[in-house]
Amino acid sequence: MKHLPKKLLLSAAMVAAMATSFSAVKAATPPDTLVQAWQSDDIISLDPAEVFEFSASEIMGNTYERLIQYDITDVSKISGQVAESWTVSDDGKTYTFKIRPNKKFASGNPLTAEDVVYSLQRAVILDKSPAFILGQFGLDKNNVKDKIKQTGPLELTFEVDKPYAPTLVLYCLGNSVASIVDKKLLTQNEKDGDWGYNWLKTHYAGSGPYIMRDWKANEVLVLERNPNYEQKTPLARVIFRHIKETASQRLLLEKGDVDVARNLNPEEIDAVAKNPDIKIQSAPKGTVYYLGLNQKNPNLAKPEVRQALKYLVDYSAIADTIMKYKGVVHQNFLPKGFLGAVTTNPYKLDVAKAKELLAKAGLKDGFSVTMDTRSTAEIMGIAQAMQATFAQAGIKLEILPMDSKQALTKYRARQHDIYIGNWGSDYQDPNSNADTFAANDDNSDNAKAKPLAWRNAWDPGPLTAKTRAAVMERDAEKRAQMYKELQKAVLDDGPFVIFLQQTEVAAVRKNVHDFILGPSFSDNDVSKTKKN
Amino acid sequence: MVSTAMSRGGEHASALRSFLKRAAQFVIVLATTLLGLVAVTFFIGRVVPIDPVIAVVGDRAPPQVYERVRKEMGLDKPLAEQFVIYVKKAATGDFGNSVLTTNPVMTDIARVFPATLELATLGTIIGTLIGIPLGVLAAVRRGSLIDQIVRLLGLVGYSVPIFWLGLMGLLLFYAKLGWVAGPGRIDVTYSYLYTPVTGIVLLDTLMQGQMDAFWDAVSHIVLPACLLGYFSLAYISRMTRSFMLNELAQEYVIAARVKGLSEFRVIWRHALRNAAVPLITVIALSYANLLEGSVLTETVFAWPGLGQYITNSLQNADMNAVLGGTIVIGTVFVLLNLVSDLLYRILDPRTR
Repeated sequence: MKHLPKKLLLSAAMVAAMATSFSAVKAATPPDTLVQAWQSDDIISLDPAEVFEFSASEIMGNTYERLIQYDITDVSKISGQVAESWTVSDDGKTYTFKIRPNKKFASGNPLTAEDVVYSLQRAVILDKSPAFILGQFGLDKNNVKDKIKQTGPLELTFEVDKPYAPTLVLYCLGNSVASIVDKKLLTQNEKDGDWGYNWLKTHYAGSGPYIMRDWKANEVLVLERNPNYEQKTPLARVIFRHIKETASQRLLLEKGDVDVARNLNPEEIDAVAKNPDIKIQSAPKGTVYYLGLNQKNPNLAKPEVRQALKYLVDYSAIADTIMKYKGVVHQNFLPKGFLGAVTTNPYKLDVAKAKELLAKAGLKDGFSVTMDTRSTAEIMGIAQAMQATFAQAGIKLEILPMDSKQALTKYRARQHDIYIGNWGSDYQDPNSNADTFAANDDNSDNAKAKPLAWRNAWDPGPLTAKTRAAVMERDAEKRAQMYKELQKAVLDDGPFVIFLQQTEVAAVRKNVHDFILGPSFSDNDVSKTKKN
Repeated sequence: MVSTAMSRGGEHASALRSFLKRAAQFVIVLATTLLGLVAVTFFIGRVVPIDPVIAVVGDRAPPQVYERVRKEMGLDKPLAEQFVIYVKKAATGDFGNSVLTTNPVMTDIARVFPATLELATLGTIIGTLIGIPLGVLAAVRRGSLIDQIVRLLGLVGYSVPIFWLGLMGLLLFYAKLGWVAGPGRIDVTYSYLYTPVTGIVLLDTLMQGQMDAFWDAVSHIVLPACLLGYFSLAYISRMTRSFMLNELAQEYVIAARVKGLSEFRVIWRHALRNAAVPLITVIALSYANLLEGSVLTETVFAWPGLGQYITNSLQNADMNAVLGGTIVIGTVFVLLNLVSDLLYRILDPRTR
């Protein structure tokens, strides 16, 4: 036993020697491969007819093509992707598309109008979550074969039920639900008339810059260069590693084991920004953060109380601290970048004003209210900040932290008092948000449509009709004006305290160039990314 | 002579009877435990205010899509009926499909379980190999510096969050010193060099002669395995110490010393052998704990194992996956208990 310290030293030395033998561990990603660390546990399917989650949308954007695309630096500039050109009939109801000749799928099969017709019909008939984006034009499984028709080898027509604003139709055709899939390949993999759905959930049948080669849920997703794509991508491979823990993402990035970290929190971004090998990139996203005030709660149903709460949020403090890098103050339902978006933010923390309004509502001593809160660090942080400012006017806010699915379940059943959440636009047209924040056709408990206005039991009165009218306005100028009015009405009186627009941030190693974060998640583009 | 032979025959018969009785008992225990587990998990899963339909259709699905999926999932049927259907299917090994991965739950578990098994087994080996000698030393040198150190190690092991230690370990050994590889099981560059056969990366790469990939996998597993090993060590050394103290106070130890046996023989051959019997249960329990409790380690080290699979499924209201995972863990627990029970009987004749 006397020799124990010696023995201990010896074994410690052995362990150290063993450990150093691993020091040859390679700490750089291959030069032709981009490796990203990201949280991708929201992926449930890779069939574009079903994809509706952020992570999978991004994969769709890089692997599939659509008829239409828009310029990500100015979304109002719409152009053809698979479509070479298009015309709209005089009655505004029939769109005729000409397809670019000589296009090929990754499989080698030619891409023709037949594939486009098949893809759009398939999305409507499968009727998965995002199918309404096409369905809203009066398409359903019974009529879709008459409404979307091939009129030539490289020509098709798309018929809508009303003369909608053309930009709305075109934006929707640029959505990932309208991605063009390889009919021949899918027919080969069809089972019991499922349109190849069960196969495509985990496989690939597109024509985009990258091929989806491998997906292991919650582990890794691998994209590989599509040799049949017109422009050769600079990188041969893009690998998305699912790393849930943000501190681990940071370590991997700083060591050079990944090229991009996608989910760092503000303190981590602050820290890596000081590293000369790393740069920070950001882009505003079409997502707004808001409070939903349930109008079934008699206190929250009072207009003065709704107003008062809008004066009880410390907008700038939240944007500058908890949501630093991740959001900017924004109070209107249309995110910046959308047609007609209003960017003035009239509300700021004003306790005196809020107290005055509460007194008017007969609640001068305040009241108690609960807030359903997803228990993520950022949402909890915001909720606590609001709890403190609400208290200054005597409002006792009880935070109810819960799992996100649980919070959503309650919210959808209109059982909350206040819900804190975010809303991402489904497509780049203002109708996407107007339809949910400013319209509610039926406020009864068993209504068919359940937009956010319904979830908060709010009857927006004439705003519903105005929203419906705006979507038919074909003059862009006038249409923008209509959305401005709608936003003002919701800002003044609606049951929504909208406080932030999301910014997406990525920490990228300096040797990575042209990694693009776009306005929507499907616009995050790696097809031009290079490394040196 | 005759009577001896007869009594031996009688011994065999009674041993067989006792074995059969134990086997029957085991099957009953396994079946009832699993049924109980399924029932509790199933009903908790249905009672919690989380809507599994949202997991499938997402937040924005129109009501008609939502209703159709609800029916497809059988959620419109009465709860009791849903349970009976579930148990009937589960009895045939069909735990349904995972919402998140769309694979049958058993396929998913077969894929993620080897990762957990690999990590927990290594952790337990490390913990046992170091923990037992440390515990013995601490007991023999009660009150000495080594005893204090062992007790401190145990205390730290119990009180410091594994999550934090994992991060610190990564920071030091991966980020600062560069001795080991970072989170993940194997570097991306190697991940396509071998074909997963057993699912245990160390074995697969070794068997296929991919030595670079093997060493890369080793450098990935060293840190999380040592971390888990440390936690198991903290428990095993403490228990070893207390069992050994108990044994060292026994008369046979004093007798052995009086007979002039060397101190080494007394401690390692006699006392430890007796202390080993209850230690088996301790090691088995610690192993079971590592198998189901390494969720946080798996998160910090991006280790795609069962712990991560179940947590993730839970967060996504993927109830089939949660139930399947729970049943697997339950089975592992019962099996490990049985193994330790058997070993107990073999090592300690008094319990036969």
